[in-house]
Amino acid sequence: MNNSFIQINQISKHFGNVKAVDNVSFEIQEGEFFSLLGPSGCGKTTLLRLLAGFEYPTSGNLLLDGSDITALPPDKRPTNMVFQNYAIFPHINVEKNIQFGLRKLGLTNEEIRERVNDVLSLVKLEGYEERFSSQLSGGQRQRVALARALVRQPKVLLLDEPLGALDKKLRDEMQLELRTLQKNIGITFVFVTHDQQEAISMSDRVAVMSEGKIQQLSTPNELYKNPHNIFVSDFIGETNFLKAETKSKDGEHINVSIEKLGEFKIKNSLNISENSSDVICSIRPETMMIDKEKSDWDICLEGKIKQTSYLGEITKFYIETKEIEKIITVSSQYFDNQSFKNNDCFISINLDDISLLNKK
Amino acid sequence: MLQAVQKFYAKSESVRAYTMLSPALILIILLMLIPMILMLSFSFFTQISFVEIDYTFTIQRYIDFFQKNLLVTLLIKSVKISFLVTLVTLLTAYPVCYYIAFYVKKNKMLWLVMLTLPFWTSYLLRVFSWKIILGTKGVINSSLITAGLLSEPLTFLMYSETAVIITLTHAYAAFALLPLYVSLEKIDFSLIEAGRDLGLSRLEVFWKITFPLSMPGVIGAILIIFIPTVGDYVTPALLGGTDGRMLSNMIQAYFGKINNIPLGAASATIMLFTVAVVTMVVSYTTKKLTQRIS
Repeated sequence: MNNSFIQINQISKHFGNVKAVDNVSFEIQEGEFFSLLGPSGCGKTTLLRLLAGFEYPTSGNLLLDGSDITALPPDKRPTNMVFQNYAIFPHINVEKNIQFGLRKLGLTNEEIRERVNDVLSLVKLEGYEERFSSQLSGGQRQRVALARALVRQPKVLLLDEPLGALDKKLRDEMQLELRTLQKNIGITFVFVTHDQQEAISMSDRVAVMSEGKIQQLSTPNELYKNPHNIFVSDFIGETNFLKAETKSKDGEHINVSIEKLGEFKIKNSLNISENSSDVICSIRPETMMIDKEKSDWDICLEGKIKQTSYLGEITKFYIETKEIEKIITVSSQYFDNQSFKNNDCFISINLDDISLLNKK
Repeated sequence: MLQAVQKFYAKSESVRAYTMLSPALILIILLMLIPMILMLSFSFFTQISFVEIDYTFTIQRYIDFFQKNLLVTLLIKSVKISFLVTLVTLLTAYPVCYYIAFYVKKNKMLWLVMLTLPFWTSYLLRVFSWKIILGTKGVINSSLITAGLLSEPLTFLMYSETAVIITLTHAYAAFALLPLYVSLEKIDFSLIEAGRDLGLSRLEVFWKITFPLSMPGVIGAILIIFIPTVGDYVTPALLGGTDGRMLSNMIQAYFGKINNIPLGAASATIMLFTVAVVTMVVSYTTKKLTQRIS
């Protein structure tokens, strides 16, 4: 296996004064399901369009499978794209849409028919050959777009928020299907999304982007459990931020004073410097425990429930405490909105679940 | 009584619709339908003397038309000139609209206004200004002669078919620009990108995607130019000379100085019919052709 199937070397793309992509370098491996995740305007779509050849970088170069594709026009690249709005040609039917990309490949009619049939069964659209785009549902259009791109057997499939327009149920279904499909055919997928849940549930690796830069590139687990900075921590999942100040280092640990809770010895995986007030602590809502009685966890606070939101499988509690300035969010599978009669509760925290981050 | 009227009025959807349509409807009946019926009826009569008309039914005027070589020639010429005007307009307006629709990012409206600016003046003024440009002592000829490139003025520029085609093309360009622009503007740019992504060159993408999708605008432009230019008589009268004369000038003469109203009416009816057939054929074949391409 080639370790660097796609190489992105110091790529920048400026639109006037706007640095849409700002000196980004990373590598994507062959057969990987790779996601570019970030809020709108973070440069993820621009990066995908650079890979597709719809934009050319201001500086830097792109390598695919060892050859430089930086200056190649889109029709000469071994990549295909699934567009956000699917871009199904409205004047021709499904079959012709799918055949569209095969004209230039020099295939015989027999081969074309075979490929179209194969891809139609792959995306489960047999029997829809004669339909036009206007006669298809959103999910079906998405499948046509997928089939049209896959039928060319590209080295890389680029997907630009392809699930954005679908309703939640269908989206969940398609997420699973896309993932299975990718594993079966083994083509490298580069997937752009602003939906963090979508990215972490589908991808092998995720690059979180903000303001044209990669904030963190790691596996979904790493991303959630060990965010590298405050942006990633905030963007992926939900979290509580606590004011903190670092004191002295102690091997792999560091002494941190957190709000009015006192001083604690916390793992310093990001190697944050001593005696800094430019740091912040993050605790995920589901790592804390809410109970009616005191516990023997590392930290246990008395609190008052201000608000609850019942979500079915979990309930979120918004709790006020004396020691922490902001209202903190705790989620629980065991208790729900009817469990606490007088709103008095205890919340417990394990030191292992506190992550220390730089503010900048 | 009044209440009953109001009640009836409130109930009936179609009555309300017709009431709202009535100003336009009255106008169309008075100014279009009745004159058309009159013209059609006159084409079946006979002009006996300068003032007298025989009102017995005859189809002799239609036979007259096809027996007069001049009229048939002029009809063919009218269609030919209009066809050329339509073609030239499309060929010049399409790239402009394409550019505005896909490459102009800011102030698209300004571009369109600038392009239609000449159309803020009257049609006659524009025809006369072409006279100034194309004439034997006009802008083109005199500057070429002054520059020493010509010893004698180019005669084909003025009082010719060429003059009529140039002037009509310019006169109807704005009407072609708008439908073409609208149909191109509506095309989702990602369709063009998708075409490129699927391995087609720019030119192939144009023929397989952009052009077929802009077809409604093209057909609209064809109709909007072809129909009025076949019947145009101002430009050929002022700039056409003998060479650029069209059937409409003859029709005008039949109703005017020749004073053969029935033959004029028959000619007009034939022209109307021809235009209808040609437009139908053109839009049908263009549609078929585009389907074949894609």
